[in-house]
Amino acid sequence: MMKRREFMIAAGALAATPAFAQSSWNETLAAAKGKQVFFNAWGGDERTNAFIAWTAERVRAAFDIDLRHVRLRDTAEAVQRVIAEKAAGRDSGGSVDLIWINGPNFLAMKEQRLHYGPFAERLPNFRYVDVTGKPSNVVDFTVPVDGYAAPWRLAQIVYVYDSARLPKPPRSMAAMLAWAKENPGRLTHPTARNFLGATFLKQALYELTPDRTLLAAAPTDANYDAAVAPLWAWYDALRPNLWRRGTQFPESGPAQRTLLNDGEIDLMISFNPAEAAVSIANNLLPATARATGLEGGTIANTSFVSIPYNAANPAAAMVVADFLLSGEAQARMNDPRHLGNPTVLDIDRLPPEQKKFFGEVPSIPGMPTAAELGRALPEPHPGWMTRLAADWEKRVLR
Amino acid sequence: MSGLAFRDVTLHVAGKKLLGPLSLDLAPGAVVTIMGPSGSGKSSLLAYLCGTLDRAFAATGSAMLDGTDLTGVAPEKRRIGILFQDDLLFPHLSVAGNLAFAIPANAPDRKVLVDAALAEAELDGYGARDPTTLSGGQRARVSLMRALLAEPRAILLDEPFSKLDADLRGKMREFVFAHIRMRKIPCLMVTHDEADAAAAGGYILRL
Amino acid sequence: MLRLAPPATLLIFLAPIVAGLLGTALPAFGWFPALGGHEFGFAVFARLFAQPGLGTSVALTLFTGFLATALSLTLALAFCAAAYGTRGFATAQRFLAPLLATPHAALAIGFAFLVAPSGWIARLISPELSGWTRPPDIATIQDPLGLAFVAGLMLKETPYLLLCLVAAIGQADLARSLATARMLGYGKFTAWAKIAIPRLYPQIRLPVYAVLAFALSNVDVALILVPTNPPSLSVLIVRWISDPHLDLFLPATAAGLLLFALVVVSIGVWRLGEIAIAHLARDWLTNGERGSRGAIRNSTARAMLALLFGLAIAALIALAVWSFTLSWRFPDALPDRWTNANWLREAPSLAAPATTTLFVALCATAIAILLSVLCLENEIRTGKRATKALALLYAPLLIPQVSFLIGAQTLLVRLNLDGGFVALVWAHLLFVLPYVFLALADPWRALDPRYARIAACLGASPLRVFFAVKIPLLLRPLMVAAAIGFAVSAALYLPTLFAGSGRWTSLTTEAVTLASGGDRRVLGVYAFTQAALPLIVYAMALALPAFLYRNRKGMA
Repeated sequence: MMKRREFMIAAGALAATPAFAQSSWNETLAAAKGKQVFFNAWGGDERTNAFIAWTAERVRAAFDIDLRHVRLRDTAEAVQRVIAEKAAGRDSGGSVDLIWINGPNFLAMKEQRLHYGPFAERLPNFRYVDVTGKPSNVVDFTVPVDGYAAPWRLAQIVYVYDSARLPKPPRSMAAMLAWAKENPGRLTHPTARNFLGATFLKQALYELTPDRTLLAAAPTDANYDAAVAPLWAWYDALRPNLWRRGTQFPESGPAQRTLLNDGEIDLMISFNPAEAAVSIANNLLPATARATGLEGGTIANTSFVSIPYNAANPAAAMVVADFLLSGEAQARMNDPRHLGNPTVLDIDRLPPEQKKFFGEVPSIPGMPTAAELGRALPEPHPGWMTRLAADWEKRVLR
Repeated sequence: MSGLAFRDVTLHVAGKKLLGPLSLDLAPGAVVTIMGPSGSGKSSLLAYLCGTLDRAFAATGSAMLDGTDLTGVAPEKRRIGILFQDDLLFPHLSVAGNLAFAIPANAPDRKVLVDAALAEAELDGYGARDPTTLSGGQRARVSLMRALLAEPRAILLDEPFSKLDADLRGKMREFVFAHIRMRKIPCLMVTHDEADAAAAGGYILRL
Repeated sequence: MLRLAPPATLLIFLAPIVAGLLGTALPAFGWFPALGGHEFGFAVFARLFAQPGLGTSVALTLFTGFLATALSLTLALAFCAAAYGTRGFATAQRFLAPLLATPHAALAIGFAFLVAPSGWIARLISPELSGWTRPPDIATIQDPLGLAFVAGLMLKETPYLLLCLVAAIGQADLARSLATARMLGYGKFTAWAKIAIPRLYPQIRLPVYAVLAFALSNVDVALILVPTNPPSLSVLIVRWISDPHLDLFLPATAAGLLLFALVVVSIGVWRLGEIAIAHLARDWLTNGERGSRGAIRNSTARAMLALLFGLAIAALIALAVWSFTLSWRFPDALPDRWTNANWLREAPSLAAPATTTLFVALCATAIAILLSVLCLENEIRTGKRATKALALLYAPLLIPQVSFLIGAQTLLVRLNLDGGFVALVWAHLLFVLPYVFLALADPWRALDPRYARIAACLGASPLRVFFAVKIPLLLRPLMVAAAIGFAVSAALYLPTLFAGSGRWTSLTTEAVTLASGGDRRVLGVYAFTQAALPLIVYAMALALPAFLYRNRKGMA
């Protein structure tokens, strides 16, 4: 077997022309054969777990790769493991091969040079990724990805509600506050330690902050307080009207869904436009569940997979990353009976043998129309999210 | 020289003398009874001869069996059998299993030997039984047959009849001593029951 | 060789704990070269105390720890007083083993399924009795005082203390003393309090401390039942350790030491409490006050225990019901659509953690049995009881897991052992061994030594005596010890999480992870499997000797 370093040099040199790229990819496929890939991915969502289990079946059949899903409570666990291994001097043979990552975790790994690669452009299916129409595929939270991660899943914030209980959901932050005051205890959000919980604050910040352009760069001590002051004023007014009077929060997005289904709350945030549709199909929400965006648009981002610099089997991890970009995997992900996320690919550019997977997407209830979904807004710099989450902690933990 | 002999055996426990010095010679077929109050170290003497003396005891002196010094010989190599006041039949084995346990591994016709022993104990057909289903007398007889099946060259009896019902005791004494005499092996008994000593009929040593 | 067994056992055992505690202490006092810390000092502690919510977290930890221990102990003692010698006592004893075999996490998840505002109890009484058409906005789990956590702990700790009491009762000749007291005119309850408790308590002191330490430092039950803003200290530590920026790793090590100190001080305070109560009760014991029959107290104690056992059983049923649910809307009393699809869909992903749970538990239990047997045999052959040294075996039960696991993990990474099967089994062994040794020691020591002697005199070699006499005679306690070891291992959360490095997931880690998610049906599948596996092993362990010795009354 080729040493990893040699392989990287060889792969990097050969990637220059398509013919060599093909032979380089064949070498990658050969190196991947029979290897294990420990895919560290948040394990709190059953539909995603099932999708990863399906991926494992497919890559075993097609590439003889043994994909293991390490179900994380928090993506940070995997990042921390890589850091611990680096601290212990384990620069190869690491325990993490592939991470589902974006935002602050991606930035933390990038800043500490813990990523393998760049590798994304070497993946054969990357050429079909929509990098112009869906800019978040190459710029993650304002941070250029630079090929250190491969996109696999698009996300955009929606608010899910039960139309039988809440016929007209609020579509702006002001409306949300007014509605919560009239209906105390009917709204919550995941804890801000959770990605989606922090996103709830970020979305409000986007709408409430005086100067949105500041969000494109990291916050500074000079501009932070003024930028977030309106958000906290809004939140302080909202919090006593939240579920459990704003003292307890669900640990994750799916945990909110249980509350919505039971009728404990009437409105919840989600990062998947198909959340209502998928949940109805899986009997997790009533058939009257619907999803909506906001008048001013909602934040959208891309989920990536990256490979730690010390991964035991980077070649096999790349093959999995490439499979996630295949028409077959993207079409299944796009299917609301499975995940219902928008694809990261530009379907029009796909060759017919890949395009065929995107057949008839069944029309099922709960999918928002384009108008209901609204405009996609770019993610603020991860620094905002980190500081918001820390601030929130100080406010809520007493 | 054949038979069981010991010279100047002294037992100490926690630095204090418990018994001895004691010397005895038992010819094959001889029965000697040692009598004494409880706590006089009678049972410990038997354990010393078996090689199973508790480490809390210190022993000096020596013991010989059929001309071999027993010092340092492991209990299972001494071929000295022992019977306690409890029958101590292994509860996890059948009656036949208990008997077969004692037969040396290389003996041919193990089943024949077991059946013969059952017959001698007047327990024909009881081989498959659970020992707990036997009466006290029956169990005591099995226990003796088990000890004899190991082909001991000497046998020790530790108050062997004290737990039996009074009406059984006489019969059991007869049974035990008859079988031991038949085997022509030396027998050392410790007891505090005069009737035991009388039934044994041999030399009596009082501590 | 055999005489090396006790020191070897202690080495296998204490070395990682001591190393782990050191590995936690060094960074806590500022020495952590990988993060550029080279100076000893209290800076890390200063950062710890500046963390928001720390005071509340410590208060919550102490409150729930003491309350759960005191209530479990009181209930166990009161039930013994009320029911000793009755049919109810025998019935309760039959429930102890299966309850103790059920992992904490599974019970906690099932308990949450019952008592949450949208739980089964609320569904059963809604809307007819309660008038609720929606779950009420009341925190019945993750409540600010941690009462749900206390109740969740009691589900396991009361039976555990009850079991220890039953064992202690077996050793003390209580029946006659109690009968004497009753003849002197003492009421049942008072007789128990004045005669039995002073004699039994010293025997269950160590288990009580273990319960206190467990209640103060538990993570898996806490993750499911404590409030989250802030949670109890152990959960806070685990939360900080997984911070991606390592910002909170150092405060986490300091918090690990703080928790260790809290446990040590708490045990000390408890001991002082014991002394104070013994002092105050000295006159009361002999003041001749005979008490009434205590009928109300008796029936209250019995009803409370019945309620507790009932909740535990209902919790397991709730897991099963959810695992077969397709949809179950509030406030329906039962699912409106049932399915076996959850099981069929999850079966493939269930296989890996179930296999890991099974193999780790079997390996750890086998090693624990082997080491325990070697130590006990050595003890019997040399006649020396290494009681004091072996008391150290209980260290892992008294030291908070998280306090030494933080340091031990760094050590494992350094030794390149993290994520390996060996490390995982080792981590489990730390907790399996004490329970296995405890379960085995008494029966092993109680075996009539004359069986071995008579077998030797019949010509059996020491090996034959061991395998053909001792093992068969002790098969039942061996199997019971194995079942206990298996159940302990299957229930371990934190050691699996830390030593497994995420590469090894057990039914417990999966169930606890899923508990933060949103699908109760899938969680039901995992938690029910988690509960069922040790129960099946328990049943098999009891069935084997029962089958082998079905015709041997002496082995009953």
